[in-house]
Amino acid sequence: MKIIYDLPKSLKKVPAHYCPGCGHGIVHRLVAQVVDELNLGKKIIGVAPVGCAVLAYDYWNFDVSEAAHGRALAVATGIKRCLPDNFVFTYQGDGDLASIGLAETIHTANRGENITCVFINNACYGMTGGQMAPTTLLGQKTATTPKGRESEKKEGWPLQISDIIAGLKGVSFVARSSVSNPARVKQTYGYIKQAFGKQIDKKGFSLVEVLSPCPTIWQKTPYKAGRWVEEKMSKVFPLGIIKK
Amino acid sequence: MTGNEAMAESAVRSGCQFYAGYPITPQNELTAYMAKRMPEEKRVFIQAESELAAINMVYGASAVGRRAMTSSSSPGISLKQEGISYLAGSELPAVIINVVRGGPGLGNIASAQSDYFQATRGGGHGDYYTPVLAPAGVQEASELVSCAFDLADFYRTPVLILADAIVGQMMEPVTLKAQSAAKQRGLAKGGRTAHSARKDWALGKKKKKPQNIIRSLFIKEGALEAHNQKLLTKWNKIKSQQQRHSTYKIKDADYLIVAYGSQARIVQAAVDSLRKEKIKVGLFRPISLWPYPVKALKRAAKGVKKILVVEQSLGQMVEDVKLTLATKNIYFMGRAGGGIPQETEIINWIKKNL
Repeated sequence: MKIIYDLPKSLKKVPAHYCPGCGHGIVHRLVAQVVDELNLGKKIIGVAPVGCAVLAYDYWNFDVSEAAHGRALAVATGIKRCLPDNFVFTYQGDGDLASIGLAETIHTANRGENITCVFINNACYGMTGGQMAPTTLLGQKTATTPKGRESEKKEGWPLQISDIIAGLKGVSFVARSSVSNPARVKQTYGYIKQAFGKQIDKKGFSLVEVLSPCPTIWQKTPYKAGRWVEEKMSKVFPLGIIKK
Repeated sequence: MTGNEAMAESAVRSGCQFYAGYPITPQNELTAYMAKRMPEEKRVFIQAESELAAINMVYGASAVGRRAMTSSSSPGISLKQEGISYLAGSELPAVIINVVRGGPGLGNIASAQSDYFQATRGGGHGDYYTPVLAPAGVQEASELVSCAFDLADFYRTPVLILADAIVGQMMEPVTLKAQSAAKQRGLAKGGRTAHSARKDWALGKKKKKPQNIIRSLFIKEGALEAHNQKLLTKWNKIKSQQQRHSTYKIKDADYLIVAYGSQARIVQAAVDSLRKEKIKVGLFRPISLWPYPVKALKRAAKGVKKILVVEQSLGQMVEDVKLTLATKNIYFMGRAGGGIPQETEIINWIKKNL
């Protein structure tokens, strides 16, 4: 019998701790699948963020380092400069990458470090209980914006970090997708593979932003959370390739 | 060479493969030296976007088994404390040089010893210590940097060099060694040759295990406590094996002066002057500030009438002297904010308190 679908080798056969409907499990799998397909298993080093995905090494079957909150790309820079022939990627959330780690994000991209960043945007701080993130939508209620995020003279606008990064010269590839339905999952898979390819070809910094549901914090069913990604988030953060 | 340059060259000769730094006075010569020297050796130099980025780049380089270093001065070291805590928690070796300036806040750029508490009590969050080495001159600064790399690799810990601005800025002749100078007890072969080849915990290496993880997160019940206990065992081992000090004319001393770094040089001059007047004074100079050289200080203080601690601070190391000796005959002289206790002040104090 021909096996047409199986767990990637780079993914451990263990139950995940993520909430039902969370996007992390899907993106973990996509990363592992691309790692297998590009035969990166022996060369890959991941850097895990602070957030729910800090335990990514419990699911991936390759070398991973933790990093302090926001510092994943600095840690990755240290790794990649020492081991330029290894494959190095970070996996970071919106608070990590676009708020506390903004300086590291911009400067790593601007130096054109040959690193790939998988950026999970769930429009909130998930692990700490759903506070406002730089990517929180206007009007979105969070633990720290109980009446909804207001823009002017208050919390400002959702930060378009991927578009900012795409404007930097050291950057080879930026794309945004989501995991809200099977077609989008497939699109995300394609973007991750393209971004990884840029690093293999030594083209410089590459980033894939993934709009990812957080049903627990959003207080929605997994289905409705997926719909919210499509109907609300994707309007503010349009999907597609931003820089190629 | 200046102390800053000597420490940089010593790092290169000790096999430092990665350096990241951020500009801050009075340690800029060190960063500039590395910017020129590291590429010559085909090693990595990065001017980071901040001290935070620099220490975390060092974290990454260390995670893949490379000898890595950063340097800064007091306000910048405060910024690095988060990273130092992560290095200690993840048991990653690294060397961090602090060329201390005046504080608190922006302070000034003059010599100071006011980061003693921060350096010797961990400095960042969580239960941890880092070995702290304090050079009193350029030659010793170069040797201690070499030693720091060995200690870092041997114990898998960040190691601090606490050099005051005078040590960083002053010029002295120096004989640089090609290889590690550390021959201290407790440094086994592993310590001296421990480059990436021996670091089987590092990432990105061919190994039998499918996966290496660098972590300081231990979320399961009891896991962190067990990790802390393991670290405690390590700190205790360092405490018993790595106490360093030097003494000057203490054999028959009635009065003992305790000072470290550049201040010890000034005290030494005072000791010489007082000895000419037949006043029996000696100098005890801690070289490792953590672990504090308690065994040697206890020996040195036996039978002396008075102990004077002299610091370029308002009184930090004096607490360790008091903790060590628990006697009432301990006195303190200190100036902060760029003020330096002078030779004449020390001489006058001793004469007044005979």
